[in-house]
This record gives sequence, structure tokens and C-alpha cells, in this order.
Amino acid sequence: MTVSNDDEALILASIDRFLERDVAPHAHALEASDTYPRDIVEQMKELGLFGATIDPEYGGLGLSAVTYAKIVERVSAVWMSVSGIFNSHLIMAAAVQRFGSEAQKRHYLPRFARGELRGGIALTEPDCGTDLQAIRTRAVRDGDAYVVNGSKTWISNSIEGQILAVLVKTDPQAQPPRRGMSLLLIEKGPGFEVSRKLEKIGYKGIDSGELTFDDCRVPVDNLIGEEEGRGLNQILAGLELGRINVAARGVGIARACLDESVAYAQVRKTFGKPICEHQSIQIKLAEMATRLEASRLLTEAAARAYDEGRRCDMEAGMAKLFATETAIHNSIEAMRIHGAYGYSKEFNIERYYRDAPLLAIGEGTNEMQRIIIARQLVERNPA
Amino acid sequence: MKILVAVKRVIDYNVKVRVKADGSGVETSNVKMSMNPFDEIAVEEALRLKEAGTAEEIVAVSMGIDRCQETIRTALAMGADRGILVQTEEELEPLAVAKLLKALVERESPGLVIVGKQAIDGDHSETGQMLAAILGWPQGTFASKLEFETDSVNVTREVDGGLEIVKLKLPAVITTDLRLNEPRFASLPNIMKAKKKPMETLTPAELGVDVTPRVTVVEVVEPPKRKAGIRVESVQALVEKLRNEAKVI
Ligand SMILES: Cc1cc2nc3c(=O)[nH]c(=O)nc-3n(C[C@H](O)[C@H](O)[C@H](O)COP(=O)(O)OP(=O)(O)OC[C@H]3O[C@@H](n4cnc5c(N)ncnc54)[C@H](O)[C@@H]3O)c2cc1C
Repeated sequence: MTVSNDDEALILASIDRFLERDVAPHAHALEASDTYPRDIVEQMKELGLFGATIDPEYGGLGLSAVTYAKIVERVSAVWMSVSGIFNSHLIMAAAVQRFGSEAQKRHYLPRFARGELRGGIALTEPDCGTDLQAIRTRAVRDGDAYVVNGSKTWISNSIEGQILAVLVKTDPQAQPPRRGMSLLLIEKGPGFEVSRKLEKIGYKGIDSGELTFDDCRVPVDNLIGEEEGRGLNQILAGLELGRINVAARGVGIARACLDESVAYAQVRKTFGKPICEHQSIQIKLAEMATRLEASRLLTEAAARAYDEGRRCDMEAGMAKLFATETAIHNSIEAMRIHGAYGYSKEFNIERYYRDAPLLAIGEGTNEMQRIIIARQLVERNPA
Repeated sequence: MKILVAVKRVIDYNVKVRVKADGSGVETSNVKMSMNPFDEIAVEEALRLKEAGTAEEIVAVSMGIDRCQETIRTALAMGADRGILVQTEEELEPLAVAKLLKALVERESPGLVIVGKQAIDGDHSETGQMLAAILGWPQGTFASKLEFETDSVNVTREVDGGLEIVKLKLPAVITTDLRLNEPRFASLPNIMKAKKKPMETLTPAELGVDVTPRVTVVEVVEPPKRKAGIRVESVQALVEKLRNEAKVI
């Protein structure tokens, strides 16, 4: 799973081209009308993005977390929604790759890598998100199938995608509850309904769906790892890469905000000089740039540790926490620096401002990150 | 048919170029470098000819320092079959490049050489023409369209006042203009596969070419900064200034 620096440079150059040619010119219109970016998805298939972290043995590229994070950063700096289309897809793929049987890997991973079958992960339910052990979606074994009943909400890629890794309870009585939780790959079909597309403040273009499972029959072969009771662990195992990925999104937005602010502050003049020469604007720019740099270093360090197989749960959490808070901070500061133009629908800043807060909620809320970081601190440093 | 395409490593077109403090040239350290955009068009055209069955093999050539391998690798990732680097630390002038290309043409015997109409760094727009001259081959410069017949090619050229179509007997040299095609970018899987494609390194000495510079650069300076404009009171004043001060009407 190593990518040489040369390859990384070529890969990032291609990503930049793709963003410049196929994403940037369309982002504004697609986002304003909340339209799924179909043409962009076709380009992403051709580029190979849907297989970015999938093992080459199964048709993917096997990119390192470091390279992957740089890709996510770049994409998010242009339009964060586009990264969501392959991010949660690859978290689903990672669960299959790490825990799936050989037959499941051969069956699914090559099609995931080509982007023929796309999807994401369905954990959240209407009355629980952080507290996943409280989920109520139920899967009951019936012959060679599970019968699934329940509902999921806020599921990215669930409307435009064809398949999801769904967290279910196979034994609702189990104690602790995690022992009764399993991960099923469910393809669209009878009993799997999208009840509605959710409207949101930002992260537009990508579909967030509310789903209903009504006696949906899923072949037992679709149980990831072929053994019940491992679902929550399988999902938690993917969290490190998930957090690195969200941290990288934060870095992307924070950078876009800074870049636009640095450029604007040099051309906008008040009282006879560019605003970058007013001290209060300088303080903002310095603060934004410093936080951005710290975010990038935290993210890179966590990704490097991940690639080297070192422990990085706390490190990935810190990167996620700091980089996403930086994205929010920088988007607000960018808006102030841009004045009315920051508030205008005609420019990018208001979009960053609407997109950034999602990062504090998804992939473990930032409140939870702090709790987890503190717990790990204590655990790693017993008195 | 075999096609030889030349690809040059230049400062990326998005980079704001800065002149070195000592005026000896422009700053290239820590600056993003890419393939010359007109050369991308050359590679793309070669790829399309291969896809259409007109060409069988595409050889991408670059000349300069070791890092020019990156540019060749980009061409390989786009779809070229193999690469040749002519490695030298010497600053290469168009005539030297043309001579090196001629030596390579003699080794490789391609049916077509495609180069960019100019590189965006030196803006010489000379290499393709010089190559055709020293090879004694026909040239189709500033091409915006190519149409092949059995042993000839019709080249549509963008010239002042319209389009000119010339018929060249093969083998020939083509230089690309902007509208010839829209180049693809390399997909990630093709970048990974490109590693396995062959790349050969040669030196000017091995090709028997003397690349010693013949031109001396006296100085490189930043373009003059635009002065602030003024506001005039009336159209008459404007016309008066345009006529007498700016002398443009
Ligand atoms: C645009 C978007 C896309 C999404 N995509 C997906 C997806 O693809 N798949 C998916 O499964 N989910 C998805 N989600 C859901 C997301 O993962 C959840 O919203 C998130 O996990 C938080 O859960 P919740 O909204 O239920 O908040 P809750 O868990 O109800 O939390 C509410 C508040 O309480 C705090 N809190 C909770 N527990 C504690 C505690 N123990 N101590 C201190 N504070 C606590 C939280 O930090 C938060 O501030 C998406 C959400 C959005 C908005």
C-alpha cells in the first residue's frame, strides 16, 4: 500500500485538473439548485476515485491515508459535497475489505472500485446518532435470508447509490448491546424504500436520505464477516480513517477560506489602502493561516501513523476536532473579511460557511471527540 | 505508424512567475511544474490517432534535468507507450532541442513528430520549424485539425484572417495550436500502471549533439507595474488625451 512521491504528485495533478475543469465551474449552480452532480460522478468513475483506498488485488488503487487525505483536502477546497460521494462509499468498502469473507470481497470490491455499485454507511436513526447501541433496526434470520425492519436517517448516498452497509440488531436482547449488532450489505430492492430526501443548510448536491426497511429480505451471505454480533466493532474500526478523512475536509475548507481572503484583502481598499494593511484584518489572516497549518500537520501526522500501522485513535480524533473547528472559524472570519460579498450568494464564502458546521457533527460530534481524547489520555497515562 | 511527441517541463500555467533577484532568470525552485499545455495537446492528438488506428506506438520525449522524467511519466499516464529522456543540465535552446529531436528521429524512424507550437516559458515558437528544416520534412504549424490519408495529412492551420489547409506528405512535423483538441488528464489507475512502462535515458553526447548555448541572456526583468489610472471630466477630455498623450487615435 505504498505510493511513491512521484505517483502522489501525478495523482494530485490529475485531481487538480479534474477539479479545475469539471467541478469548479459547475459547483455554484449545482449547489444552488441542490442537484446531484451526475456528470462529475461519471468523471470520478473514470478517474478511479471510487477505488482510491481499495486494495489493488480487488481492483482499487490502494492509496495511502496520507495521499488520500491530500485528495480529500483538494476536493473539499473546491466543493465539499463531491468528497462525500466517495468518502462514505469507501468507508463501506473498507468494512468489506477488512472484515468481509473472500467471497464477499471478490463479489463486491471490484464493482465498488469501478463505481458501478456506489453507496455508503447507514448507522443513524431518527432517535439516535451518537448513541449507536440504541438503534432499533432489526434483522431476523429466516432461512437463508435476514428480514430487516426499521428506519435510518441522514444517510449520505442512499438515494443515488445502489447499496449500503446497514447497522442492524440481530439480537436486541444481547448484553452489552454491541454483541447483538451486525453490519449487513443491503442492495436496493423490495422492502428498501427511500421515504424522503432531506433538506439541509449546506452539503447540498449530495443526497441525504431517510430510509425505511419494511420486511426487506437480505441474503445471509450479505452479513459482513459472516458472523453476527460484530457490526459495531466493524464500524468503529473504520473510524480512524473516517476521522482523518473528515479532518482533511476541514483542512480543505479552511484553506479555501484563507486563500480567498488573502487574495481579496489585497484588492479591497478602504481609507486609501488595501484592507490587508489594516491591523485587525492582519490579525484575522494570521490566525486563520496558523490554525490551518496546525490542522494540516495534525491531519498528516495522524495519516502517517495510520499508514505505518501505529496507534492513532487519539491522534485522528485530535486532527478531526481541530481541523473541523478551524474550518468553521476560518469560514466566519472569511465572511467578515469579505464584508457584504461574504454574505452574498454570488460568491463562495457563504457556501463554506454553510458547509463547515457539518464537520463538527458528522463522524463523531466534536463534543464526543473531546470526551474520547480525554479518555484516551487517561488510558495511555495511568497514574 | 509511430509518433514521436515532445513534452517540455515548464512552470505550471497557474503559477504567478517571479523573476530571480539577480535578474538571471525566473524563479523555478519550489514552484509547481507541469507539462507545457501545447505539448499536452500534442500527446492528446497522438493518443487519438492511436485510438483511431492511424498510429501504433507513441513515444514521449523530454529533454533537460532529471526531473523531466515527471513530465514523461505524465505523458505515459495519459497513454503514451514509452518514454525517452535526454538528460542534461544545460539550458537548452530551440536549435539544440531540434537537433536532439532530429537525432532521435533518426534512431526511431517515426512517421510523424508532434510538438507544441511553443512552450509557455520561452515562447520561442521555433523548435518544430527548425526540426522540419534540418530533417528536410514538411511542416504543418499551428494545427487546429489533422486529417490523414494514406501517405499524407491535411493540416488545418490557424492563420491571420482565417483557416488555411495544407497537405503534407508523410513523414512530417506538426505543431499544435490550442483548438486542436482538449487534452484528457491521466486517470489514477493509469498513473499507477504508467510505472511499468519503459523509460530510457540518453545524453546529448550519446546522440552526438552539441547543446552548448549560443545566445546570452543579458537580463530578465519584471514587466513594468501598471500605473494607476486617472478620471477625466468629459468625453472631449478623453478624446484629447487619447489623441495627444496616449497617441492611440
Ligand atoms: C449532512 C449529514 C450527513 C450525514 N450522513 C450520515 C451517513 O451517511 N450515515 C450515517 O449513519 N449518519 C449520517 N449522518 C448522521 C450523523 O452521523 C449524526 O448526526 C451524528 O452522529 C450525531 O448524531 P445525532 O444527530 O443523533 O445527535 P445526538 O447524538 O442526538 O447528539 C446531540 C448533541 O448531544 C451531544 N452528545 C451526545 N452524546 C453525548 C455525550 N455522551 N456526552 C456529551 N455530549 C453528547 C452531541 O455532541 C450533540 O451535540 C449525517 C448527518 C448529516 C447532518
